[in-house]
Formats: sequence, structure tokens, C-alpha cells
Amino acid sequence: MTTPDVRLGSWEAVRLVASREVTTKMRSKAFIITTVATLVLLVGFALVMKFVGGGSDATVGVTPQTSALAGPLKATAGQIGQNIETKTVDEKAGRAQVADGTLDALVVSDGGAGGKLRVVVKKDLDGNLQDALTVLAGQIVLNREIASLPGGDPAAVQSSVANASVDVEPLEKPYPYQSGQLVLGIVAGILIYMSLLLNGQMVAQGVVEEKSSRVVELLLATIRPWQLMAGKVLGIGFVGLVQMVVIGGVGIAAALGLDVLSISTSAAVGTVVWLVVWYLLGFIMYSLVFAALAALVSRQEDVGGVITPALMFVIVGYVIGISVLPSDPGNALAEVLSVIPVFAPTLMPMRLAMGGVPVWEAVVSVGLVLALIPALVWLSGRIYANAVMRSGAKVKLRDALRTA
Amino acid sequence: MGDGRLEIDHISKRYGDVVALRDTTFDVRAGELFGFVGSNGAGKTTTMRIALGVLAADSGEVRWDGERITLETRRHIGYMPEERGLYPKMKVGEQLIYLARMHGLSTKDARRSMVDWTERLGVAHRQGDDVQNLSLGNQQRVQLAAALVHNPSILVLDEPFSGLDPIAVDVMSKVLQDKAADGIPVVFSSHQLELVERLCHRVGIIRGGEMVAIGEVDELRSGGSVELVVVAPNATDGWASGLTGVTVREQTGGRTVLELGDGANDQAVLHAALATGPVTEFSRRRPSLTELYREVVTQETEDAA
Repeated sequence: MTTPDVRLGSWEAVRLVASREVTTKMRSKAFIITTVATLVLLVGFALVMKFVGGGSDATVGVTPQTSALAGPLKATAGQIGQNIETKTVDEKAGRAQVADGTLDALVVSDGGAGGKLRVVVKKDLDGNLQDALTVLAGQIVLNREIASLPGGDPAAVQSSVANASVDVEPLEKPYPYQSGQLVLGIVAGILIYMSLLLNGQMVAQGVVEEKSSRVVELLLATIRPWQLMAGKVLGIGFVGLVQMVVIGGVGIAAALGLDVLSISTSAAVGTVVWLVVWYLLGFIMYSLVFAALAALVSRQEDVGGVITPALMFVIVGYVIGISVLPSDPGNALAEVLSVIPVFAPTLMPMRLAMGGVPVWEAVVSVGLVLALIPALVWLSGRIYANAVMRSGAKVKLRDALRTA
Repeated sequence: MGDGRLEIDHISKRYGDVVALRDTTFDVRAGELFGFVGSNGAGKTTTMRIALGVLAADSGEVRWDGERITLETRRHIGYMPEERGLYPKMKVGEQLIYLARMHGLSTKDARRSMVDWTERLGVAHRQGDDVQNLSLGNQQRVQLAAALVHNPSILVLDEPFSGLDPIAVDVMSKVLQDKAADGIPVVFSSHQLELVERLCHRVGIIRGGEMVAIGEVDELRSGGSVELVVVAPNATDGWASGLTGVTVREQTGGRTVLELGDGANDQAVLHAALATGPVTEFSRRRPSLTELYREVVTQETEDAA
């Protein structure tokens, strides 16, 4: 009789469990489909942004009679942050182009001298364009009035007016949020939310799969509960990480390559790095909790119910972030919550991608999560070890904590 | 010491107010097939789970080869849980290799062992299939392969024969006998008492968490009452009622089953039978394990009453 060498180091056992999770998950259809679908969506989003958002905000037609207005219109629009393209067409063709949507508006000669601009639009005038045109109309009237005054020189007045400005002296330097970074923050938020949600649930389902199929009894006869739990969390976490890096990398590459996001490469890379850091922190934190909670039940149908309370933290953080931050990146509520460990993994990466996060906040939020993890490891390990072998009815959380 | 015995030494376990095991003690010698019988809930599964360390005992210990069993030595045990457990969505071959590696085998050894056992148990052609796509009988064979794939030095099998077809029962029996012949202790529980009687060297009967009988099958049987079977076609009812120490268990037609008490004389019974006419059969019968078991279980209900 030969006795095989059966020494198996602790971490070797963890690695073995983890590598099974990795191979099983990498091969699963659900995983491949979500990854590919996310990539397609992201690249598609970048392409759509390019066609919709790229170039000018509006195209305005001018007739030969009004073509003199093309220059002033562009300049006026520029002052209110609108990028307008102009095109000289005859009135008939212009009206046709407005009808088919090629032109957003057509400025036609009014004939009268009331200083009014007549604008042909399909249905109604875009608010920004209306503002630009209203300012322009006022400008024309003003110029005419100045010219009628003795010695009046519209150009000189114009330049004086242009030079008049408000000098702002901020006590606290505000962060110049850029629209490109806001978009980046939204995308980062969606990515990390989906990753945490999907991979976290994957851990919970994996725990229950082992429990409901009773394979856990066979496994625990040879390895310790914590090794099984750690292997599962690390294995699924690793797959999620690869997924996140691939999706984040491809997304950023697509955005920069198509020139959709007007941000620096360093900001883009920084976002991906933060995304990875926060994914890891968030995943470890949440999945430990999910694993412990899932160990309380014995059927897949019960997984949802038992992990929902913990899942709410992920969802609440994300919902607050996605609904508040894009319009108000400096929101005080989001700022406070993003430092609290249970909400930080969804909120902080969004804020970091949008920029303007003080260094101390970033450090404190990471530090708090890092401090919380050992406590969660201990607590979850205890609940898991006590509950995972008890099949049948749901194990009460109190019982799982108490029994040694 | 160092004799390769598996010793279950005064194990006790309570679940709240329910006593599952009370000072349960027995041993399984190297090279021995030990049958573990008892009614549902008597404590068989609890005992096995404690031996495997998936459950902690309140007191007592489990030793192998003279040493208290640790996580390391547990890897030498081949275990088949009562509730079958395999990943339903994992391929048979991969699953067995994984489990073998969990017990410390190298990938190469694990693969070789997986091939060996799937061939031997007749599931080699299903290596590439998910476990959930196998018939129950084949899943059971894979489960046995999972218990054997790491070349264990001890086998602990909870109800290995339940749900098997006759051919699979033969395969399973052969494997268990071979493993015992290799010199390792093999303990299994079963409700199929004829099978236990046929296969096992020794048997332990557990009742209410206590071992109530333990020993070789023959030894246990001789401890029970002796019965006589007499076939005398012309015998009338009550022909044996006057004999001292003899109880008539049943009488159908000319066939009578009698139980011999202490001091009863079987020759006197034969004389009495011959007095009724011709006797075509006269034999001593030892109770089967099933009868022995029933006796023990009946005792339980009598105790309870």
C-alpha cells in the first residue's frame, strides 16, 4: 500500500479553489456574454458620442442677403459657449434643408428695418441657439444706434465692451470640472457598480451552489472553511479584475482613439487605476459579506433575499452618485458618503474620475476600507464556517455568530 | 500503535437537547470491512461526519494508526457523504482531478488516478460530461470515484449502496473488498443487511447514539437465540407445546419454527417430531443479521415503553 504525499499548504488549497473558480467562470457563457456586451456597448457609446457630440452644436444657414451675419453669429455663439457652423445657401434650398434636418435654422432677410432677425426652423428653436440669435439681434440694433450717433464707432464700443469683465477673487479655488471628465466619472460609476453587483452575486451563488449540492461536505473534509471562502472570493475577484481592466482599457482606448473625450491620457489612465483599486477594495469588502450571508441559506432561490440588505449599500451609493454627481460634482452629501466605507466603492471612483477630490479624502476613504477588511474577514469567516454545513432551513445570523 | 486501525473513541455529540451520540466507541482494523448499521437517525452519519472532521464532537476522539486525526491525516480518508455532493455543472474528469488535487496529489498523479478509477467503475466514457447530465447510478459511481481518487488509506462511506442497480452493487462490493484486501480499514453504513452480512468481517449496530452490538457477524449471530426448523407433514397444531424451554415461533402446514431457550434439548424436539410421523427436515438455524437487527430495534421500543 502506498501512502501518497498529501501535504497541501494553506495557500496552495486557496489557490486550487481560486483556480477552479477562474476556469469555471472564464468558460461560462454568462461571463463571456456580459463582457462582450459591455465592450460593444462602450465602444458603441463612444462612436455615438463622436457622431452626435463631435464637431458643431448646431448648423445655421444664412442666405446671400444675411451672409454678413455669419461671422457675428459665430462670435456671439462662441461667447455663450456654443459652437455654431454656418452655411450660405439661397433661401429656397435653405428652407428645404431645414425641413430635412440638415440645417438647424436658417436666418433669412426680414426686409424691414426693425432690427429683427427672421429665423426659419423646423418646429422650434433650440434654447442655446435662440440665446445666441437674441444676443446677435440686440447687437445689430446696438451697432445701428451707435453708428447713428455723431462720432459713433461701433467697433470701438465693441472692443471696450469686450474688455469690460468681472474679476473674480475666489477664497477657495474651485475645481474646474470638465465635461469629458464628468462623462468619464459616469462611465466609471456604471462599470464599478455592474462589476460589484455581478461578481458579488456570483460569490453568493457559488457559496450556495456548494451548499445545495452538498459538495461542501466533501471539500471541508480536506480543507478548512476559510480556505474555501478565500479561494472563492479571490478567484471570482481575479476574473472580475481582468474583466474590469479589459473593459476599462478598451473603453478608454476607444474614447481617446476616437477623440470623443477631451481629457489627457494621464487623467484617463488615472481613472482606470483608481477604478481597479476601488473595484478590488469594494469587491473584497462586499463579497466577504455576501459569502457569509449566502452561507446561511441552502437554496439558490433564497440567495436574493438574504443578500439584499448588503446589496442595498452598493445600490444606494451608485444611485446617489449617478443622479447627483453629473450635475453637481461637488455635492456635499456625495462627498461625505464617498468617505464612508460601505458607500465608498461606488461613489469614490466616480468622484475621482470627475476630478477635484482632495488628496486627504482619497487617502482616508481607502484607509477606512482597508481597516474594515480584516474585521470583515474575521466576522464573515466565523459566520461562514458555522453556517455552511447546516443545510435545510435558513440559519439565523445570531446562531451563526454565536456557535463556535 | 501503528497498526493502521481507525478508532472511534468515546465520541459524544448533542444537538441542543437531543443526544446524537453517547460514548460511541468502535474500531475498524486495517484490512477489515466494517458494516455500520442502525435505523435512521441512530447516529451513523453523525459518527462519520465527526470522523471526517466536518463536524466537531463534544468529547472523545478519533484516531488513526494510534494518532489523533488531524486535517493532514484526514486527507488520507476517502469519504462518501450520505448526501451526495459533487458540482453539478462541472465535468466528471475535471471534478475528480480537482478533488484528488485537494487531497494533495500532483496534477499528473491526479489525472492518472482519475483515468484509472473512471475506467474501473465504468464511467470512463463520461469523463467529458457534466455531472448533472449523468444518470443517478452513474453519478453514484462518480461519487465513489471521488472517494477513491486520491488513493486513500482509510475509507468511510455513508450508504454507498443506496440507489445502485445490481450490477453496480457488484462493482461497488468488489471495490470495497479489494480496498480492504489492500490492507486499509473500510467502514460503510447500509440498510441492506444481507449485503452487510455477506461483505463485512465485522458489524456494529448503533441505536439511539449508542453502540448496542459489535463483533463478527457469526459471533453476533451465535449470541442470539437458536432456532429449529422442523418439517413434519403429519404434525398437528400444538405438537411441540409440551416441551420444556421451547417456544413455537410459527407453524404453517407441516413447517414449524421453534426457539430453543436455555436448557432446552433439541433431541427431545426431534423425538417429539418423529412421534407425529415422518420428519423431512430438521435444522438448526442461526438468526440472520436482519433478524438480529430487528431484535435490537424491538428492544428499543420495549425499552421506550
